[in-house]
Amino acid sequence: MADAETLDGRSQVRRRAGLRLWLSAAWLGTLCILALFAPWIAPKDPLAQDLFLGRMPPAWVAGAEPGYWLGTDSLGRDVLSRIIHGARVALSVALIAGAITCVIGATLGLLAGFLRGWVDLLISRLIDIWMAFPPVLFSILLIAVLGPGLWSIILAIVVIDWTRFARVVRAEAMAQGAMDYVASARVAGRGRIGTMLREILPNVLPTVTVLLTLEMGIAVIVEAILSFVNLSISTDAPTWGGMIAEGRASIHQAWWVLVFPLGTLFLTVLSFSQLGEGLKDRFDPVLR
Amino acid sequence: MRFMEGSGQMEILRVLCMRLLTTAVTLAGVAVIVFFVIRVVPGNPIAMMLPPGATEADIARLSALYGLDKPLISQFGIWVSGVLQGDLGTSITTRQPVLDLVLGRLPATLELSIMALVMAMLLGGAAALTGTRYRGGRTEGTIDVANGVALSVPDFLWGLVLILLFGVLVPVFHISGRVTPSLDLPFVSNFYLFESLLRLRFDLWADIVSHMFMPALALAIPLAAIIGQLLKQSLKETMNLDYVTLARTKGYGETRVILREALRNAALPTLTLVGVQFTFLIGGTVIIERLFSYEGLGNMAIDAVINRDLPLIQGIVILFAAIFTAVNLVVDLLYTLLNPRLRHG
Amino acid sequence: MSFLAIKNLSIGLKKGPPLLRRVSLEVSSGEERGRVWESGAGKSMIGKAVLGILPPSVEVTGGEIWLDGTDLLRLPLAERRRRIGALAALIPQDPLTALNPSHRIGPQITDRLVDILGWRRADAEARARDLLTEVQIAEPERVMRAYPHELSGGMRQRILIASAFAAEPKLIVADEPTTALDVTVQKQILKLISQMQARHGTALLFVTHDLGVVSKVCQRLSVLYAGMVVEDSTVGDFFAAPRHPYSAALLAATPKYTDPQAGLNPVPDSVIAAVRAEVAAFDRSAAHG
Repeated sequence: MADAETLDGRSQVRRRAGLRLWLSAAWLGTLCILALFAPWIAPKDPLAQDLFLGRMPPAWVAGAEPGYWLGTDSLGRDVLSRIIHGARVALSVALIAGAITCVIGATLGLLAGFLRGWVDLLISRLIDIWMAFPPVLFSILLIAVLGPGLWSIILAIVVIDWTRFARVVRAEAMAQGAMDYVASARVAGRGRIGTMLREILPNVLPTVTVLLTLEMGIAVIVEAILSFVNLSISTDAPTWGGMIAEGRASIHQAWWVLVFPLGTLFLTVLSFSQLGEGLKDRFDPVLR
Repeated sequence: MRFMEGSGQMEILRVLCMRLLTTAVTLAGVAVIVFFVIRVVPGNPIAMMLPPGATEADIARLSALYGLDKPLISQFGIWVSGVLQGDLGTSITTRQPVLDLVLGRLPATLELSIMALVMAMLLGGAAALTGTRYRGGRTEGTIDVANGVALSVPDFLWGLVLILLFGVLVPVFHISGRVTPSLDLPFVSNFYLFESLLRLRFDLWADIVSHMFMPALALAIPLAAIIGQLLKQSLKETMNLDYVTLARTKGYGETRVILREALRNAALPTLTLVGVQFTFLIGGTVIIERLFSYEGLGNMAIDAVINRDLPLIQGIVILFAAIFTAVNLVVDLLYTLLNPRLRHG
Repeated sequence: MSFLAIKNLSIGLKKGPPLLRRVSLEVSSGEERGRVWESGAGKSMIGKAVLGILPPSVEVTGGEIWLDGTDLLRLPLAERRRRIGALAALIPQDPLTALNPSHRIGPQITDRLVDILGWRRADAEARARDLLTEVQIAEPERVMRAYPHELSGGMRQRILIASAFAAEPKLIVADEPTTALDVTVQKQILKLISQMQARHGTALLFVTHDLGVVSKVCQRLSVLYAGMVVEDSTVGDFFAAPRHPYSAALLAATPKYTDPQAGLNPVPDSVIAAVRAEVAAFDRSAAHG
């Protein structure tokens, strides 16, 4: 007997998944464009200081300086332009760190889950030890070790977050490895590595993709937190985290210096997460 | 039946021993990693401590005092044997024993974490129960959306949002520190929240809570969302079971049915995940404490890293690791105790 | 005077096909009525409709359910639940899932007495002990302190029967209570239900697909096909001379263990076609009327 409730539920979820996917993709796409063409899109030079124009409110508030749509910070730099340029750092970190973490974490997880034995034992112990570290503290520690810079941040993110992928992929690989199609591949004569790559990897891919979008959002946050504690990239290039740190300090005098980069960061992280959720619903074979 | 109870107890004991063993291995691994990683840190902490113009001899003398001139392995050995006897070394920046410093700040972080946990359970539980009670309508839909957003955004951002909303826009709570500095505190321990209640000093208690509320809420929001989602899903499945239907025929109203019949069974699977997420919450105190200038362990940790205070860094990291593993152990124990099927072998 | 009177009850899936087509039947106090259907979920639906526990995807599209002089369907939901709780009880199908695994047996019998009817706990527990003894459970004290998973399926079904009689209901709905049990245990449970019903004078609505069970336990029966009542008579009349061709075919299809040589006689296609035509005719008239 067909269950009307389930049928309605499915179409509802599909509608929601579509909306989520498009909204988040739209925002992230906009960010990409902003990041790529920042020097041409941004109205002002993000580094240009003008102390006479310090702490100017955004355009719709009385006393604003024309041309500075979102106001200026305490050194007179245009908030809007800094946000646009900040997208460059944010997205580069997101894409690069996300990708590397994904590859390393997923590979280790795949090896542990499929090969089992001492490989699994070693990697699982490693994961346990890693997860006993408070992540933020660990990242701050690593930056202190590696020194500031874009690649330090990327490395720090990879070192801390590979466990996220490893755990999930390991579980999936173990589950898949027990299934019949793997046994038939082995009987057909494929070697272990071959089986792993050919049979298991494609089935693990949807989960990995979803985690990847999640990881990109996390990477942006880690970078922001590190900028906030002044441990980010060494140049003067604007970062959202740095702007937030500044904004926090002058929150009573110039709320816009905190609000706009915070809002941008908020929407970006939300979009990455919803993108992941939307993809997960798309990949779910029950709903397809 | 008595024989089965006996073997059930043996099983629990055996599992406990295994867990303690793995815990020890994990902590050892953490100790090794933190010790050697921070030794690679550029910047000589001794040099940073001394006034400019210090001679090489001064630096060498102070280094010897802290044992930093010995080979790494022996330094590690000294430190580990110290830890096992309860001595975590001496802080380079404050010259005080690390153990004292760490135990001094620990209560603040514990109170914050536990307050956040309680808030998360209340918020998440309320969301799940309300969503189940009024399921299928707009209420449930709104709760789902709110949950989704709360889940996607980390505690750091929530902290900032809360600072904006309730620290600046509608200034209700304090956004900095643990307690108003001008107040005179008659406390013996550093458990301000707890002790103020014990001493019935509700004025102090209110002041402390108004300082802790924002950071605790920021920590609580993502966990509340997880609890809400998981518990609601669990309740949804439980509500379809036969014994719930039977309860309805007895004349109980819907709310009663959810609370009496479904909740206990639905809550159990949520418990293990909450335990793991609670450790993430505790990890989050590092940045949240910094954000709100809250004088806890996390805030001290960041300063320690910036100042390259090696013994202090080691001490704090080991303590965090110990707390994490302790929480995991407690959660597993609770699960075994609360599941009637497991309890009776 | 019938305690339960179902009049022209129609229910169906929301925006979907009908499950019950204008079903009417009555159960008097102290009488047992059985209901038989070939297969599917429709016959359970009558019991569920009476007790107010229809699944969320199913709705009532017409008719009345009169319980002790009140039409349940006209009452607001909370009031309906209260009334049903006070007057009726369910003996569920699967004893393995019908008891809450987190609660001990004792409270699961006494809760409705204490919480809803306001009994004192001591009185409620005494009554629980008496009932457990009635359903032939030795050591009722020990059982009351036990958890469901410690007891066998047969024992749990006895507990559920005891629990159903706890508040002295006027009507009991037994939803295929022996289906999930061993054949050996089935007979005992059936006998038990009969005895309890006779002793307490309760009206019993017994839902089953098994004609053999009906013959042992019930006094009247209704046969349904596709949610439509095709026959309604006393058990004696039915087995002696069924009126509807479908009923006759059902009887003929029941394997007779007294004659192992006899072949199996499934219900003939012609009979199925005929009764389907009846259903279709009903649907057409329902659509117009």
